[in-house]
Amino acid sequence: MRFTRTLQVAAATALFLAATACGSSGGGGSSATGLNPPDLKAPSKLGKPEGQVNLIAWAGYVEDGSNDPKVDWVSDFEKQTGCQVHSKVAASSDEMVKLMKTGEYDAVSASGDASLRLIASGDAAPVNTDLVPNYKDVFADLKMQPWNSVKGKAYGIPHGRGANLLMYNTQKVKPAPTSWSAVFDGAPAYKGHVTAYDSPIYIADAALYLKATRPELKIKDPYALDQKQFDAAVALLKKQNADVGEYWSDYLKEVSAFKSGDSVIGTTWQVIANLAASEGAKVKAFVPKEGSTGWSDTWMVSAKAKHPTCAYKWLDWIVSPKVNAQVAEYFGEAPANAEACAETSDKNFCAVYHAADTAYWKRVAFWNTPIQQCLDGRTDVKCVPYAKWVQAWTEIKG
Amino acid sequence: MTAAAQTAEAAGRRSTGTVRRLAGMLHRRPRLRLSLLLTAPLLWLAVLYLGSLTVLFVSAFWTTNSFTSEVVKVWSADNFRALLTTPVYRQVILRSIGVALAVTVLCAVIAFPLAFYTARVARPRWRPLLVVAILTPLWASYLVKVYAWRLILSQGGLADWMLRPFGLSGPGFGLPAAVLTLTYLWLPYMILPIHTALEQLPDNLVDASADLGARPGRTFRSVVLPMVLPSVAAGSIFTFSLSLGDYITVQIVGGKTQLIGNLVYSNIELNLPMAAALGTVPVVVVVLYLLAMRRTGALSSL
Repeated sequence: MRFTRTLQVAAATALFLAATACGSSGGGGSSATGLNPPDLKAPSKLGKPEGQVNLIAWAGYVEDGSNDPKVDWVSDFEKQTGCQVHSKVAASSDEMVKLMKTGEYDAVSASGDASLRLIASGDAAPVNTDLVPNYKDVFADLKMQPWNSVKGKAYGIPHGRGANLLMYNTQKVKPAPTSWSAVFDGAPAYKGHVTAYDSPIYIADAALYLKATRPELKIKDPYALDQKQFDAAVALLKKQNADVGEYWSDYLKEVSAFKSGDSVIGTTWQVIANLAASEGAKVKAFVPKEGSTGWSDTWMVSAKAKHPTCAYKWLDWIVSPKVNAQVAEYFGEAPANAEACAETSDKNFCAVYHAADTAYWKRVAFWNTPIQQCLDGRTDVKCVPYAKWVQAWTEIKG
Repeated sequence: MTAAAQTAEAAGRRSTGTVRRLAGMLHRRPRLRLSLLLTAPLLWLAVLYLGSLTVLFVSAFWTTNSFTSEVVKVWSADNFRALLTTPVYRQVILRSIGVALAVTVLCAVIAFPLAFYTARVARPRWRPLLVVAILTPLWASYLVKVYAWRLILSQGGLADWMLRPFGLSGPGFGLPAAVLTLTYLWLPYMILPIHTALEQLPDNLVDASADLGARPGRTFRSVVLPMVLPSVAAGSIFTFSLSLGDYITVQIVGGKTQLIGNLVYSNIELNLPMAAALGTVPVVVVVLYLLAMRRTGALSSL
């Protein structure tokens, strides 16, 4: 029993390594920056299914029962539509972009930054949402967002989302924190036991905190930082580094660190918090008063898709209530389809993951890729591009 | 039908003739024989091994497009300049070399007495069993062993529990934990060459030293150590190069520590040329180390 659990965790670890990679990607930029994608047309009607479809996905998004016989939402799709699914698991957004450029794939589950890059380069085509019947049930606050649409044109179907929470050990961290200051200005109190997410995108978490605490920096969007704002965020993280015990990028590592007490406070995902609590760790996770960062993935169709009908069938299938519930529960994220909440095996699932909680998601700044044109619409300054974030992250860790 | 059979027979004769002629030619020309025999493995070495090293080195001179992360094949030495001038890279490189040296020294210090016991003190019939015991950890998966160390070193883990009676606590996750775990991982590679060298040490040399009036300490210093030192150096080649390239152990038990491998890993997707430049560092360091060790005669006792 215990061993099975370990295996599950290992599988989940693999998933979240993948999600880590989403971190190195981000969301889309707003059209205010003048992103001008090639003028591509979405299909107005679908033809006959082509008999197969080639997908690029994060681990855990396209499960046909080969990893776990009980986890299978592909076989029924193949039976119903006659589209044989060939899926390729990508380890990072960059790999997704590279694979999409080959033109051999029909659809991809892109994270924020990959999605924008794919749109900008013309590798992803606009999506006619009328051809995806289940799209109508997708939560309104996931539709037409900066990372899945440009200038009012939809480029994909939302898959699911999650927030980066603040988790703490309820026995060792007293009084209970309410703010991210517990891991920044207040971090020395837990010296050596603070943890943080190991990815350059974590710089945005510091920026989000500075947005609330240092108004003179005038940070509007944590993914659009000019040099001065960026330097302030990096300085804050360098200071935090002295108190960090370890950075986590894999799921298993964080669960074990909170269980043993090696980490007592730091960023987490809902699914990690649930797992740690179920294994006996005394932890709580919440969105602090400053809000938090988060991630949201989108299924997009290739501009060069050879099997567009099957791709559309897949888009509709993956956000259909039952399948969306299955994939959300397996992966540990909030489903995109509102109807999915009635289909989860754990009836409490949507409440725990705040699936329908619009107010909750309003406070989440979803991952975007920082680019030189500021995503917040400023034109008088240049923002620090993601490549520089990567470099700075190395320097922060020292 | 008959015609077909005849043709087939003729073809068979012809092919036997060809084989015989070829065999004769190969017999007369040993050099040709040798070069045919060696072509495949040499191609393997040159193309796959040296070739990939060359590609690594060449791609270190390219750059990337900062938006798409695609490799731009424009020559520039920027990556190497960054490597030498950025403080964080210098720091990480020095740290990695320091870890590799520390692991090597620790392995040598622990392995020597162990090998001395297995090779000279233990009863001869037990020796093979002891060697097997030393090798057993190599049968377990690397990851399992490292995660076991994560449990041992975690708060309230085995290390804490054992040190508590002395009023101490375990090292926790960090650089010391990484050095400790790497030492554990590579120890068998150090014990084996030393064990072999000690086993082959002729007894009569030790006896002669004692007959000439040397005390055990002096015998060890003047007779045993000089003869075993090349094997220690040989073992150190394994421990040093394996530690220098490792990046998984340090991720699991190293806390927030970064080594060269981690930098390569974090650059591999977004900045391949920089990762390549970083990757050449351990290659250069290991080549220098090998050259230094060659002077001790270690390479002939591998």
